[in-house]
Amino acid sequence: MINWLRTWKIGVKSLLLHPMRSLLTVLGIFIGTASVIWLLAIGEGISSRAQQQIEQLGAQNIIVKSKKPVVSDSTARRLTPYGITREDYVRLSDPELLPTVQRAIRIREIRRTFRFADNTIDGRLVGCTPEYAEVMRLTLDRGRFLGHADLEAENNFCVLAAEVAQALFPLEDPLGQYVRVEHDSTDHEPYVVVGVMQPRASTSAIGSSLEGQDFSGDVYIPITSFWRRLGDRIISASSGTFEGEIVELNQVTLQVSNVDEVVETADLVETTMNLTHKEKEDFEIIVPLELLEQVRTMRIMFMVFMGTIAAISLVVGGIGIMNIMLATVTERTREIGIRRALGAKRGDITRQFLAETIVLTVVGGSCGVLGGLLCGPAIGLLRNGMERLIPATMAEMPEVIRNLDPVMVGWSIPLAFSISVGVGLIFGLYPAMRAAAMDPIEALRHE
Amino acid sequence: MSWAARVTHLRKDYILGTVTVEALRGVSLDVPVGDLISIMGASGSGKSTLLNLLGCLDRATSGEIWLGDQNVSDLSDDELSEIRASEIGLIFQSYNLISQLTVLENIEVPLYYQGTLGRESREYCRHLAELVGLGDRLKHRPYQLSGGQQQRVAVARSLANRPQFILADEPTGNLDSATTKEILDLLVRLNEGGTTVIIVTHEQEVADITRRQIHLTDGLIDRDVRNEPAVLVT
Ligand SMILES: Nc1ncnc2c1ncn2[C@@H]1O[C@H](COP(=O)(O)OP(=O)(O)OP(=O)(O)O)[C@@H](O)[C@H]1O
Ligand SMILES: [Mg+2]
Repeated sequence: MINWLRTWKIGVKSLLLHPMRSLLTVLGIFIGTASVIWLLAIGEGISSRAQQQIEQLGAQNIIVKSKKPVVSDSTARRLTPYGITREDYVRLSDPELLPTVQRAIRIREIRRTFRFADNTIDGRLVGCTPEYAEVMRLTLDRGRFLGHADLEAENNFCVLAAEVAQALFPLEDPLGQYVRVEHDSTDHEPYVVVGVMQPRASTSAIGSSLEGQDFSGDVYIPITSFWRRLGDRIISASSGTFEGEIVELNQVTLQVSNVDEVVETADLVETTMNLTHKEKEDFEIIVPLELLEQVRTMRIMFMVFMGTIAAISLVVGGIGIMNIMLATVTERTREIGIRRALGAKRGDITRQFLAETIVLTVVGGSCGVLGGLLCGPAIGLLRNGMERLIPATMAEMPEVIRNLDPVMVGWSIPLAFSISVGVGLIFGLYPAMRAAAMDPIEALRHE
Repeated sequence: MSWAARVTHLRKDYILGTVTVEALRGVSLDVPVGDLISIMGASGSGKSTLLNLLGCLDRATSGEIWLGDQNVSDLSDDELSEIRASEIGLIFQSYNLISQLTVLENIEVPLYYQGTLGRESREYCRHLAELVGLGDRLKHRPYQLSGGQQQRVAVARSLANRPQFILADEPTGNLDSATTKEILDLLVRLNEGGTTVIIVTHEQEVADITRRQIHLTDGLIDRDVRNEPAVLVT
C-alpha cells in the first residue's frame, strides 16, 4: 500500500521533470477521451431527435398518404384524379378486411389564407373528423374540438391552431368569431370558431420519406364541410399560374391496438390499397415503427462508427505515450540499473514505469471527461457564433445540423475514461517491460 | 568459523559472437564474517566480475556461491533481487546516485525495495546521513554535492538495509587522497562494527588498510595475503 503510494509519487515526480513533454502526451489522451464523449453525444443527439419525432407520429400508427404521381409531359396539362379515395377509406376501415385496425381517420387538406378583419395568415385548411386531435396528440386550449354532430350537419365550424388564433385575433376572444378563407367560392358562409388548440412544436423532416409536420398554421373543419364547400377538384390561382388537383383524401391514419401488429397490418394495408392503385404510384405508406427501427439500427451503426473514429484517436494518443515512454526508459537506463542493483525486482521496475503512464492517462482521461462534459455548451456557443458570423450558410445547413443538440450518453464517460487508461496500460506495458528486462550490470554501465 | 561467503570453482565466460572472454577461470574463496578484504589486479583481470557475482548482480557460468548458508547460484531473478535488497550494500566508483532524488531519498531507496520503508527506518536513514557527515544536506540533490560527498551518500545508502556485506568497486577511484581517507575511515569503522567489507581497488594505500589482500591475474587468484585476522562477531 505504502509502496504503491510511493510508486505514484515517484511517477508524478519524474513526469514533472519534463513538464512540456508530459503535457503534450496528456494532450493526446485528452483529445482522444474528449472526442469519444463528444462523438457519442452528437450521435446520440441526432438519433434521439429522430426517434422522438417518429414517436410523435405514433408507433401504433400506419399513415397512408396521397402522392401526386410522376406523369409524363403529355398528360401533365390534364387534371387527373389521384390519391386515396373514399372507397379506399371504407375498405381500410372495414374490420372484416383489416381486423387489427382499431381506428381509421381521414384528412383532406389544402393550403389557404385565412382572414379576420384585416388580419391574415397562411396555413392549412384541414378537413378532419373528431378523432383527429387525439390521434395527432393535439390538446385543446379553449372551446371544443369538432364533434360528430358537426360532421353530420356539415357545419361551418372551425377550430384554430394556437398560432392562427394569435395572428387573427391578437386582442379579441376568437370563440364565436367568424374566419374567412380566401379563394373560397362560398365566401358568404364564414367559419365560426368553436375551439382553439394549444401550441405544439413542429416535427421536422426525417430522411426523405417523411416530411416535417407542422401544425402551427392549421384550421380544422369537418371533412364533410370541406367536401361540400371545396369539392375534390380544387384549382388555385397563384401569381398567374393555375394549379389544380383532384383528390378525395390526402391522408388516412390507421391506428392499431398493439404495436406488435403494426408491421403485419402495414403489409395488409398495402395489399388492400394495391387492389385499386396498382402501378399508379399515387400513394405512400409510412410506418413510423419501421422508421423507428431503422433509426435504432442507424443509431447503433452511428455509435460504432463514431466510436471507431474516437478509438483511433485514442490509439494515436497511445502511440504518443509509447513513444515518450520508450524515450524515457532509454534516458533513464542508468537509474534503472541503480534501482535493480539496490534490490528492485523486475516487477518493481515495470510497476514504476507503468505508474507513470497511468498517471499520464488518468490525468489526460480526467481532463478529457471534463472536456467531454462541455460538449453541450460548446456546441451551443459554436452554433450561436456561426449564426452571427455566417447566417446565410447556417440557414442552408440541414435542419439536423442547425438544431443539433448533443445528448450526453451516461455510459460514454466511464467508457471513454477506461479506454484511455486501458490504452495507457497497453502502450505503456511494452516500454515498462523493456525497462524491466534490462540487465542490471549493463544498465549501470550505460552513460 | 562462520562464513560470510564461500566461492568454489567460479567461472564466468562472456560470449561475444565467436570470441569467448574468460573473465573468471575457477576462483575459490572463503570470506569469514567480519573480514575486511581488498581485491587488486591489473585492469581486465576480473575484479569487477567477481564482485558483481558476489553481489548477486550477475550469474556465474559455473561454480557455486554461498552467502551465509544459502546457495545463491541458481536462485531466480526475483530471489536475487531480494538478497540484494536485504543483505548486500553496493558502492560504485561512479557513486551512482539517482539524480532526481535528494540525499535522504537516495539513502532510502534500498529500504523501499526491501519493503521496510517507514517512519523508523527513515529516522535511521537520517542518522546514516549524519554518520557520513551530511546531516545538513538531506534535501540537496547529488549535483549539488562534491564527488567525495556523493560517495559518502553512496556509503550511507549501502548501509540503509543493514547489510551483511559491503561490496565496493573502486570506491575511491575518483577521489583525491584526503577524501579517499575519509571514505576509507568510514568503511573501516563499519567493518569494526562487524560488517564484512570487500573493496576492489588499484591503490596500494587502500589495500594497506585491509586485513587481507587478494590479487587477481587473468581471472585467477594468484595471491591471497592475510595481514590481520578477521574480526569475528560473537
Ligand atoms: N559485459 C561484458 N561483456 C563482455 N566482456 C566483458 C563484460 N564485462 C567484462 N568483460 C570482460 O571480462 C574481463 C574482466 O572484466 P572486469 O570488468 O572484471 O575487469 P576489472 O578487473 O574490473 O578491470 P578494471 O580494473 O579495468 O575495472 C575483461 O576482459 C572484460 O573485457
Ligand atoms: Mg572493474
